[in-house]
Order: sequence, then structure tokens, then C-alpha cells
Amino acid sequence: MASMRDIKRRKGSIQSTQQITKAMKLVSTVKLQRAKTRADAAKEYFKCMYDTIQSMLAKTGVCNSPYLNKNDSTKKAIIVITSNRGLAGGYNSNIVKLIQANIPKEEAKCIIIGKKGRDGLTRAGYDILSDHSEMIDEPQYPDAKMLCEEVLKEYTDGNVGEIYIAYTEFKNTVTHIPTLKKLLPVENEGTVTEAKESTGPEAIMNFEPEDEEALNLIIPKYVSSMIYGGLVQSSASENGARMQAMDSATSNAEEMIDKLSLQYNRARQSSITQELTEIVAGAEAIS
Amino acid sequence: MPEEKKFELRIVTPDRVFYEGKAAFIEFNTTEGEIGIYREHVPTTVIVSPGILNIYEEDVNADFKKAALHGGFATILQDKVTIMAEVIEWPSEIDLKRAEESRERAEERIRDAKPETDMERAEASLKRSIVRINSLKN
Repeated sequence: MASMRDIKRRKGSIQSTQQITKAMKLVSTVKLQRAKTRADAAKEYFKCMYDTIQSMLAKTGVCNSPYLNKNDSTKKAIIVITSNRGLAGGYNSNIVKLIQANIPKEEAKCIIIGKKGRDGLTRAGYDILSDHSEMIDEPQYPDAKMLCEEVLKEYTDGNVGEIYIAYTEFKNTVTHIPTLKKLLPVENEGTVTEAKESTGPEAIMNFEPEDEEALNLIIPKYVSSMIYGGLVQSSASENGARMQAMDSATSNAEEMIDKLSLQYNRARQSSITQELTEIVAGAEAIS
Repeated sequence: MPEEKKFELRIVTPDRVFYEGKAAFIEFNTTEGEIGIYREHVPTTVIVSPGILNIYEEDVNADFKKAALHGGFATILQDKVTIMAEVIEWPSEIDLKRAEESRERAEERIRDAKPETDMERAEASLKRSIVRINSLKN
């Protein structure tokens, strides 16, 4: 059995760890609230944008826009959104695993947001195009726009043939789904759109300027809104995941402390008993 | 103006729903020029260019709300208009001093343009500050 001193020391160290995890949990709870409001606010735009694009594509049909047709490159650009800090359970490794499972490293070119994802993907041998890790702390729309310009340039220059985004979708506080979405070329998923409901299926959408030009102007906006949506959702998921991880760490620490307290009390009791036995035995030997 | 002559107007930005309600008439700038929209407009998608958005909630001759609209696009349906704005502000949210400063900065940058100056960016920033300043004038 471990000595009393050892147990006491161990208990102390677990207690201080528990204090840290407790504090981190509180911090991420507050951050989660903020990130959640932001994600909710962005959701509206995200959804409208998606609906509009889908209905536009449904109405325009075939079009020569470079954004809708594949170019020759087999390379795939992936915008990878993870966090800068760890201690968030499986949050970061889930994204890395998702990419490894879906896109072979020979074809991938990664645009990284989040140090943890960068570390994971570098270790796995993925090619890193650029790193914008500072963005995730306070996602802003202009950041997303800048990133979008960068990735679209790669696309129009023919360096990459497809653009993906890997982020963690924020369903609710406890459910976060790692998601890999194709941004370009845009695929028409043929969903029923809002536009159809209000004007009837025959309504023909006019474009000013012409179809192709309009699409070419709108699609970059679509891509930046998707990136922005990914950023805010990921940041909410990150804090949610961290809150959960820290919550279970705190309760695990609690459990260990209870167990160690019991062990400590037993050890103390047995040492007292032993001392008593020794005294009694000593007294008997003298008399 | 009677209710049935109005249309639904929704203005959404990445971080909020800027406006939601009924309007009788709106006007704003597009890449093809200035347009005004009543109910029963032909379904159209237009690209917004920086300018002032006027929202006439009651009547064309009545009071209207102004906003500085900096870009995005609008989907116009017969009974509904959705403006997906990248940036839009009420005049009350604009800091005139800051806008004027940024205008001067942008003008300066364009005046002494060097080969490495990002002209597109400077022009965009100049346009933005001009729209902001104009939206505060009557």
C-alpha cells in the first residue's frame, strides 16, 4: 500500500488539476455563449445565401461560368478549420481524421485555420498552402472574404480543381458534427427553394447583369459566406467541445479525489493501529 | 399606401438580420445603375454596388429610412425582396469623423499611387467612405 505521504501528495496534485479544469470549463462556457449568439446570427445569412444560390442554379440551368465547371487540375484545396488550443476532447482530431478518410494526401492542398489542425495534418504528410490560424479566435466577415479571394485565385489560376471546407457543424451545445463540404464547383442539389414557393415554379429569374456575369459576381460572395459560416460554427463547436471535455475531466478528478481520500484514511487508520500494537507489545515485553 | 400594395423586405448581413418588414418602395444602386422597386417587379437578381438604400415604408411621398449599403446582391421576387448585404449600416451607426478620415487616407493613397499600391482596395475604401458620408447628409 502506498504510504500516507504519497497519497496525500497525489491528492494535492489532482486537486490543483481539478481547479484548472474547473476554471477552463467556466471560461469556455462563457465563450460558448458568445460564439453561439454569433453562430445563430450568421445562420440566417448562411441559409438565405444557400437557398438563393440553389434557386439561381435551378433557374439558369447550364452555364459556362468557370465556377460551375470543373477545370483540369486534380488537386483539391481544403480549408481546414480547427482550434489553436487543445484540451477540447476529440474536436481537432476528428477533423484531421475526416480529411484523412476522404481526401488522399497526394491530392490535397490545405489552407489552415487553427494550429492544432496544422500540426495534425503536417504529421500526416499533407501539403500546407497557407496558414491563417489567428482568424479563429475572433472570426470576422472580412477575414472570410480575404480567405475566399485567396482560394478563388488558386481555383481560377487552375492550381486546384475543387475546393472543400472542413469544419465542425454546431448542432447544439452537446452535438458537434465534423463536416466536409464541397464549395466549388457548385453542385445543384435540386432542393425545393423558397423562390419557387412564392412565385410558382414557372417564374423565370432575370439577371442584371447577364446570367454568367451575375453568377461570377455572386459565387465569390457565396463562398465567403460559407467560409464565414464554417468559422463561426467551428468556433462555437470548439468551445462546446472544450466545455464538455473539461466537465468530464472535473468529474473524473472528483472521483479520483474521493477514492484517494478513502485510501488515505485507511492508511492513516492502519498506521495508528500499528503504532498501538507496537506500544502494547513493547509494554508487555518490559513487564 | 394600402397593405396589399406593399412587399416583404428582408435585409440580411453575415452577423444580423438588418431589416425585416413591409415596404412600399425601395431604391438602391446596382452594377447596372440605380433602381427602384415596387411590388410586382419582374423576378430579378441584381448585384448591389455601393450606395444609399432608401426604404419607403408607407408611401413614396412619405418619410423614408436611409441606410449605407456597401455591397452584396438582391433577389427580387414579385412579393418579396431579399437583400444579402455584405455590409450595411444605419446612418446612426456611422462615425462621420472616422469616415472622413478614411476618405482622406484613401484619396491620398490614390493620389500618390505607387506600383505596389492596391488600387482596387483603395478605391473600394474610398467608395465606402463616400457612401457613409453621403448617408449622413440630407
